[in-house]
Amino acid sequence: MRVTQRFYLAEAIEGVVITAGHFFRNMGKHIAHALGRKSARGAVTIQYPEERRPYSPRLRTLHRLVRREDGSPRCVACMMCETVCPAHCIYIVATEHPNPEIEKMPERFDIDLGKCVFCGYCVEACPEDAIRMDTGILEFSSFSRRGMIYTKETLLALEPIGADGRPTSPVPIPANRTV
Amino acid sequence: MLLDFGIAFGRAAFVIMFVLNLGGLLGWVERKQSAIMQDRIGANRASIFGFRVLGLFHPLADAVKLLTKEDFRPARADRFLFGLAPFVSVFFALVAFASIPFGDTLRIGDRVIPLQAVTLNVGVLYVFAMLSLGVYGVMMAGWASANNYALLGGQRAAALMISSEIAIGASIMGVIMIYGSLDMQEIVRGQGYLLFGWLPAWGIITQPLAFVIFVTAGIAATKRAPFDTPESESEIIGYFVEYSGMKAGMFMMSDFLETVVIAGMTTALFLGGWQVPWLLADGFHFPGGSTLVLPHLVVVALQVGAFSVKVGVMIFILMLVRWTLPRFRYDQAMRLGWLGLFPLSVLNIVMTGAVLLLIGGPAR
Repeated sequence: MRVTQRFYLAEAIEGVVITAGHFFRNMGKHIAHALGRKSARGAVTIQYPEERRPYSPRLRTLHRLVRREDGSPRCVACMMCETVCPAHCIYIVATEHPNPEIEKMPERFDIDLGKCVFCGYCVEACPEDAIRMDTGILEFSSFSRRGMIYTKETLLALEPIGADGRPTSPVPIPANRTV
Repeated sequence: MLLDFGIAFGRAAFVIMFVLNLGGLLGWVERKQSAIMQDRIGANRASIFGFRVLGLFHPLADAVKLLTKEDFRPARADRFLFGLAPFVSVFFALVAFASIPFGDTLRIGDRVIPLQAVTLNVGVLYVFAMLSLGVYGVMMAGWASANNYALLGGQRAAALMISSEIAIGASIMGVIMIYGSLDMQEIVRGQGYLLFGWLPAWGIITQPLAFVIFVTAGIAATKRAPFDTPESESEIIGYFVEYSGMKAGMFMMSDFLETVVIAGMTTALFLGGWQVPWLLADGFHFPGGSTLVLPHLVVVALQVGAFSVKVGVMIFILMLVRWTLPRFRYDQAMRLGWLGLFPLSVLNIVMTGAVLLLIGGPAR
């Protein structure tokens, strides 16, 4: 331990000089920004609801079910995702598809997002590429547990994230839904 | 008679407004300054009709929130002392500023008004008395809450106050010896003299060691980081753990008020108070021999302005230290107070006495 460290005052002054340096440098940038030089930024803050940081294309966000040409789900109710899901949050009831070339389709496809851990295993397991996690929607919430259960119709209506990195679909279930 | 009363009232009102508004504003200053120091923006969301004004409405919003919150009292708490404690804490922090001069005398006609809320010939002692009484509120809160953590916090506050107060008192002794008075106004006037014909005899120049000791112990007296062992929000939450609503807000406020008082004390005792370098009662007298004659009111305005600026700078420095240094452990704070600051301040007294003996009497 150096003598100055034991004495502490010199070390304290050194620390104060560092923080004061930050203060005056950032203050100068804030003032320059206020005076019109918009490239000067005194803080690293992203003002979240108005500004967003760009999302990674690999980011796993709210699920969606991919549609066929006729609008029916591409899902064939093979139960792979339900089986692989570590959180047991997917519930599927299978039924017959009107087209005889397609063996099955889901009658119900519920995801309980209150349980989902966003591991993406369902996307990995799906043999039909019928479920994806690319809507870009992150801010979904509910006042009740029931409100976190997303049904087949809701999931089918969702669109993938836009080219500008913002979600194209609105948040499907508003937060103040209670049932 | 009525005029005298009005003038006295005006002086007191000026000081209480100065301290109260500054104390209220410090909540905003603390949040914004710490944010800018840490490359953040800080609270900026509170708005009135869409105007945000750099987050200046946050203190207002906080006050409204604190006033409308539930005022909870634990079932086993001492009913009387529990309610009294925050008021004691704020009251003594508020009145402590009274004897700190914010300007020289103001002459209107043949009336001479001292720019100081109370003219006391023992002003220094008065401020200390009020500062030390402030800890009673904290101890009361700790004991009356019927909570062991609060009690620990109150006991730590008492121990910290004793160890810092002794260092403050002893460090001030050198200043008193040099300027030869306990009257704050006289001490500030004494700092207007020039050393070697050009250097203002401010306390920081004649008593540099005492300045360091005083500021360190002063931070300890405000109970803020790095000496916030009574609060210790990460270990015991501290003496106000059971308080909610505006009572908790008053404890927070008294910390800010004490910061203002310590800044005012440091300004008055070490930074020349209302003195502007080379500004005498009739204008500037620069060391080169040139003079600049100013009217009386301009001189008074300059002096009050200089005092405010110095207090502002001192508050900035106290905040800077508060947001830079981590908290001392309880035993470290005690050791610093008793084994570091106190012997140093005694050494300072001895050295000052020896120098005064050599040059023969107070320097003026």
